[in-house]
Amino acid sequence: MSEGAIRTTARPVAADGAVGFLRRQWPWLATLAFAVVVPWFSYDWSTGRHSGFIVSMLSQIGISIVFALSYNMLMGQAGLLSFGHAVFLGLGGYVTAHVLNAAKGGAVPLPLELTPLAGALGGLGFAIVLGYFATKQRATAFAMITLGIGELITSCALMFQTFFGGEGGVSTNRMTGHSLFGLGYGAPIQVYYLIVAWTALSMVGMLFLSRTPLGRMANATRDNYERAQFVGYDPRMVRFFQFALSGLFAGIAGALYTLTYEIVTYDTVAGPMSANALLMTYIGGVGVFAGPVVGAVLIVLLQSWVSLLSNSWLVYAGVLFILMVTFAPMGLTGLVLMHQPIWRGGRMGRLVGPYLRLLVPALLVVLGFVLAVELCSFLTIGAAQGKSFTLSRITIDPRGAGAWLVAGLLLVGGGLWLRVAMHGFGVAWSAVTEDVKRAEVRA
Amino acid sequence: MYEKAPLMEVLLVSLLNGLVYGMLLFMLASGLTLIFSMMGVLNFAHASMYMLGAYFAYSVSRVIGFWPALVIAPILCGVLGALIEMYALRRVHRNGHIAELLFTVGLAFIIEKGVQMAWGLLPYRVPPVLDRALFHIYGSNFHAYRGFMLLISVLMFVAIWLLLTRTRIGLVIQAALTHPEMVGALGHNVPRVFTIVFAGGSVLAGLAGVIGGNYLVTEPSMAATMGPIVFVVVVFGGLGSLTGCFVASLIMGLVQTYAVVLDVSFADLLARLGLHVTSATPLAEVLTMPLPRVGALLPYLMLILVLLLKPRGLMGTRDT
Repeated sequence: MSEGAIRTTARPVAADGAVGFLRRQWPWLATLAFAVVVPWFSYDWSTGRHSGFIVSMLSQIGISIVFALSYNMLMGQAGLLSFGHAVFLGLGGYVTAHVLNAAKGGAVPLPLELTPLAGALGGLGFAIVLGYFATKQRATAFAMITLGIGELITSCALMFQTFFGGEGGVSTNRMTGHSLFGLGYGAPIQVYYLIVAWTALSMVGMLFLSRTPLGRMANATRDNYERAQFVGYDPRMVRFFQFALSGLFAGIAGALYTLTYEIVTYDTVAGPMSANALLMTYIGGVGVFAGPVVGAVLIVLLQSWVSLLSNSWLVYAGVLFILMVTFAPMGLTGLVLMHQPIWRGGRMGRLVGPYLRLLVPALLVVLGFVLAVELCSFLTIGAAQGKSFTLSRITIDPRGAGAWLVAGLLLVGGGLWLRVAMHGFGVAWSAVTEDVKRAEVRA
Repeated sequence: MYEKAPLMEVLLVSLLNGLVYGMLLFMLASGLTLIFSMMGVLNFAHASMYMLGAYFAYSVSRVIGFWPALVIAPILCGVLGALIEMYALRRVHRNGHIAELLFTVGLAFIIEKGVQMAWGLLPYRVPPVLDRALFHIYGSNFHAYRGFMLLISVLMFVAIWLLLTRTRIGLVIQAALTHPEMVGALGHNVPRVFTIVFAGGSVLAGLAGVIGGNYLVTEPSMAATMGPIVFVVVVFGGLGSLTGCFVASLIMGLVQTYAVVLDVSFADLLARLGLHVTSATPLAEVLTMPLPRVGALLPYLMLILVLLLKPRGLMGTRDT
């Protein structure tokens, strides 16, 4: 694990009232306001309906934010790499589905607004049981045990009918008729607002947890577990509590999943779902609390958008992953934070030119790469499905040499240009950082 | 049909099949355990090399036949592995172990989709020469190709063993397994050893793909199905120990094969003790689940148990 590379910024909470709160937290409040307003941009006034695609994508973003943040409680805050985090999302989802079915029958008159609590309890319960075993180890052994647990539960989900419903999964109906506000929750937009509320609640919960002594001890055991031990803490118990609480929040994400889709299948506990949490968290950045949020928004947007246009999502995700680990191991938020000293020194303006010079060749390379991948894809998979490759009404023949030539030229030419531009950018970057450092020393 | 066959026959035939499968696992796991122990990289793209081996072999064997493919496909995998290590993994190494691991995850994504785009599901078949019964045992056939797989994997085992114990580079690799820093301090070119090991591991994975791809099935998801099992074998056997890896491979191969043929459940065992499970019994579903269906679970259960009892695995020499 990369020691010392991960920092969690801790600011003392200043007692300067509401104004100070607004000044510090305005990005979060603005995000919340945006989340409330954004479905209305896609509102169709003539039919009186929201765009189903937009609302379902926004709901998915909410679920993913909770899931990715709960994953970062392990990966970023405690330095525990898990390969089976989806287990707690899925199990929380299954528990919620059963509770909803019971509520429908009248056995549990639980208002729908509070069903995520059932998911949370489910996630917590399973995380306590499975975490008891997993947290006995750390580092690679921990990662391997969680991989084993993930595969184990996935196989169980396919095997057992009573709880998991086998391959068909458990379907449910969110319109139980029990609501605190008398809402029916038939319309997806109502569920979306429920998701916004629970996402905001979970985010606040996880943020405060990261500032409790437990959260701080998790950081300590991540950075140096032997020293944490010398101070008198049991790293295993720290890992265990962190794991259990992370399971709780993953369970909430699972409950929101169940409320959105009204069906839970084995996919929710399986490996690709766990890999998704890893992808979102890592691309967003593990070092900052907001990192997984950024990652979740970006990945869901990309995933929905790309899969509308192309069936090669996996290739793009893989390339994104490789580029990030190679060039930006601290994620997108890490990249942004690298500019902090320059911003404070008031020299951001000097980087605009170099960035623009970088943008053009980078776009060319991306274009060439996408064209090449899509040509490949249409040559085989597209041909098998009988589809043709059209770009704004121009049909491109993937067998013809022309398109391939263009793709090759874009890739090679853009790549060479990008190399030169990157070099220029490196020079400009080091000049600016030197300048900022010198200014700091003078001050 | 197996219930009627005598127990001895079932046990013996399964022993042979389990050995074949176990040796195939060892071919994959030995490369992974070397890479993992030396470089600390959890290589998620290792099973992708196995898959590429099968696909390369198919393409080569269509042009010049199966026998040249048996050599060419693993070499292609090895070259690819060396390139990946030299030009990509080494760069990522600076960013820590998690970055390296995620790099291989990304690579596995790309290879899976790339294979889907380039080939898809293949009718990669056993060569006709070997597509016959080798000998009969209690009336059931032992397929010649299984014998061939066993032969190849034993040859490979002997070759690795000789390489690691009788050559200079082998001794350096062995030393680097347990004390990588010390080997570097003694003046050996550790990055070059890494490249050799990564390429060598890829060759072995590719070879496993060539002989396993037509025995099992060649499809774009074959890496995803094999990957977790191979990880289980490596961790079960213990880091830094090829012997442990060998034992673990055989145990996994045998356990999975026997689980498929022994049609019993907890309910049957309880019935022998005079306890009868009905649908009203608590956990009836778990108790009546027949062993062949539970087979897929067993490796993971064993992994978790071993790591709890012996964190270093069966014969591991260092902490994970």
